[in-house]
Amino acid sequence: MSQLDLRGKLAILADAAKYDASCASSGTTKRNAASGPKGGLGSTEGMGICHAYAPDGRCISLLKILLTNSCIFDCHYCINRKSSNVRRARFTPEEVVDLTLNFYRRNYIEGLFLSSGIIRSSDYTMEQIVRVARLLREEYDFRGYIHLKTIPDADAELVRQAGLYADRVSINVELPTVAGLTRLAPEKSAPRIEGAMRDVRAAIDDTADAGKRYKSAPKFAPAGQSTQMIVGADAATDGDIITRAAGLYDRFQLRRVYYSAFSPIPDASAVLPLQRPPLMREHRLYQSDWLMRFYDYQPREVAAAADPATGMLPLDIDPKLAWALKFRESFPVDVNRAPRELLLRVPGLGVKAVDAILSARRMRRLQLADVARLTASIAKVRPFLVAADWRPVALSDRADLRSLVAPKREQLELFAA
Amino acid sequence: MRVVTLAAEDDFEGWRDAARGLAQAGVPASEILWQVGETPVDLFADEAVLPPAASRALKVPRAFLDLAQSAILHSDPERFALLYALLAGDPHRVADPADPLVRRLEGMAREVRRDIHKMRAFVRFREVQDAQPFPGTGEPNTRFIAWFEPTHHIVRANARFFVDRFTSMRWSILTPELSLHWDTETLTEGPGATKADAPGEDPVEDIWKTYYASIFNPARLKTGAMLKEMPRKYWKNMPETALVRELVATARQRETAMVATQPRPGGNIEGAWEALREEAAHCTRCDLYKHATQTVFGEGPVDARMMIVGEQPGDQEDLAGHPFVGPAGEVFDRAMVEAGIDRAGVYVTNAVKHFKFEPRGKRRIHSKPDAGEIQACRWWYEQERLLVKPELTIALGASAARQMLGKTVTIAATRGRALDLPDGGRGWVTVHPSYLLRLPDRAKAEDAFAAFVEDLKGAEKLLA
Repeated sequence: MSQLDLRGKLAILADAAKYDASCASSGTTKRNAASGPKGGLGSTEGMGICHAYAPDGRCISLLKILLTNSCIFDCHYCINRKSSNVRRARFTPEEVVDLTLNFYRRNYIEGLFLSSGIIRSSDYTMEQIVRVARLLREEYDFRGYIHLKTIPDADAELVRQAGLYADRVSINVELPTVAGLTRLAPEKSAPRIEGAMRDVRAAIDDTADAGKRYKSAPKFAPAGQSTQMIVGADAATDGDIITRAAGLYDRFQLRRVYYSAFSPIPDASAVLPLQRPPLMREHRLYQSDWLMRFYDYQPREVAAAADPATGMLPLDIDPKLAWALKFRESFPVDVNRAPRELLLRVPGLGVKAVDAILSARRMRRLQLADVARLTASIAKVRPFLVAADWRPVALSDRADLRSLVAPKREQLELFAA
Repeated sequence: MRVVTLAAEDDFEGWRDAARGLAQAGVPASEILWQVGETPVDLFADEAVLPPAASRALKVPRAFLDLAQSAILHSDPERFALLYALLAGDPHRVADPADPLVRRLEGMAREVRRDIHKMRAFVRFREVQDAQPFPGTGEPNTRFIAWFEPTHHIVRANARFFVDRFTSMRWSILTPELSLHWDTETLTEGPGATKADAPGEDPVEDIWKTYYASIFNPARLKTGAMLKEMPRKYWKNMPETALVRELVATARQRETAMVATQPRPGGNIEGAWEALREEAAHCTRCDLYKHATQTVFGEGPVDARMMIVGEQPGDQEDLAGHPFVGPAGEVFDRAMVEAGIDRAGVYVTNAVKHFKFEPRGKRRIHSKPDAGEIQACRWWYEQERLLVKPELTIALGASAARQMLGKTVTIAATRGRALDLPDGGRGWVTVHPSYLLRLPDRAKAEDAFAAFVEDLKGAEKLLA
């Protein structure tokens, strides 16, 4: 096999990393090169920056690569599994450091997201990953964002070191159901993955605790931990996925759960379904995730928006609207009186619009025209609201309400599958 | 008419000082003309004199200052006057986002903040080595130079971000209005520049483009989402965007190729089917699992050319864990023998894989699966089809026909003719053998059985 140059390796090892949906550079502590010792490079903002967007609509914020795509595991959904015929490559830690710094200096990226196939052993692989982070932080005083994947079953001390260098650490639960994991990733085990998450959470809690007492206490993964599950490769319904995600948020204090619609990979295993689920399904799951995280919905409430027979969320309308159409007795909501949590339930009102309403109504009683100025589409919101000059008596009881507020059918996914 | 001349497009202090005095003097917004630099805007304007500052301090809410500091950077020439109108009227209105003037100014502030954010995201530095080594140390004098075209007057306001981030680098950001230069210690400003003043290339850009092309997943093309966050106006100064057209054009083809090269039966299809059946054993996609004994998965060779789909397991199938072993199964087997089809060569499965029943005393009476249960179980049916890839599928009864065709049909309307299935195979609909068991009239039952056998024969001819 011919020797790969750096670009050749990058093509393979970025391609291999793209099935991880996360590219976030947000949620970490603020720091910058100017406030540190001289010679440093980089800064982090609270909100993260997307430096480019690929035609798949995904944000490119970090240099997202694998250290190597060789792997001793044989997970069916993974392009890097042992039995795949994909070309293999491996970066040295120094090459990754170089690439990261060169990209960063040109303002292409916010930092590095490093993962790896498992070579030799979990510990060896984890060691290599930690080495890259240590070089960046200690040799080059790199203050940008670092996201490290932790390897299942790696030594706890290595994971602890990873957390000290990284802004975020993550380990993927991979499949929403245990049966699915058993079928598609026979070498991985749900209890061991969750065990690793529990350890990370404990380390975050410990250092946060120490941080309260000593200002100089080291920070462990200040942007927390996240995970990812693949949607549509096992039999999990949307209801199952929502429940699983809620459990993960709750038990491990995750910052984010990413949902990745299974997408066809080159040289796929025969165990995999050939058809991908509609991308809209992934989108609806993200929306339901948002409802839980920012709109005070309980997981069982979101799950109640799903079809009770199939456990699936509707694809043609968003879960918030689906919930509102199902529980019409909660509406209409009075914009001039209702508390924040009820306003947040109105389909078409986002967090910003609700806060604007709360602020505006301190000044005067709101008419429908006032609300119209604060929202994108008053026609969608109207049936669920009471304003000073508006009461949707006839509307909210209409049997055809769904067709009035649901978005017009677009021709989605014409060539899908 | 009073003319106020501000020092620069982003001269917030100048605007604030002038506006404070004018507002305290009670000068209405309509009598002030705001202009920048020396450009004369209104030849008939009088004096550019500020009224004396009144003694009482002008208090404004913090939110007003925040709004003004952002909105003043907008490219709309009306921004000074609009801000003044809000200040001279009642700056406390800033807390009312439904106020039309506040709404408009907030819209401006939002656009400015977005432009600031996009500049932080989309500035692209190119590295150059100056011919002269760095004075003093003799190191190579490396500089990073970017050319950027913002929409609003945000460059100065954004300088701090780049200083804080690229502190140890010598860099310049050139824009049409103004240039920023950082030498690792001090920030200096220069006049506006042109694209030609910036370097035209950087070898690292090719590596970056390789990354951009490789991280893109062609199986999930969403150009709308890309354009929303990376509007075309920024493209001309971002090297990677040169690839977009081709990546989009070849995406569908690449995805189709991936699907087309999926493995055909043989190899580990058997293993895949066994893993699938194992997963189905734990299915909870609908509520039927709660009362049924077990999942009754399909059976037969995974390379079968013919798939037969029943409705759902009955009482005996539920206990045995195999399809078509009860009374209806006996009728089915008899008909298969008469039709001359070897059941051992056929993949036999059900539309719904758990038994649905109502208890009547000690007996469990079969009950028809509803649309939701059929839909919930569709996942398994589709997975089975993906592995078996039958050329011919025979649906027994209305529930099976619904699963096979994905819509409600009547037996009468579809029975006994070849149908094209969406996944490429052929379909055939006939009655369910349990229907034959329920016919009270013996003669009629025999006729119906013969017709069922004829249906099976007719279907099998399609494979010839």
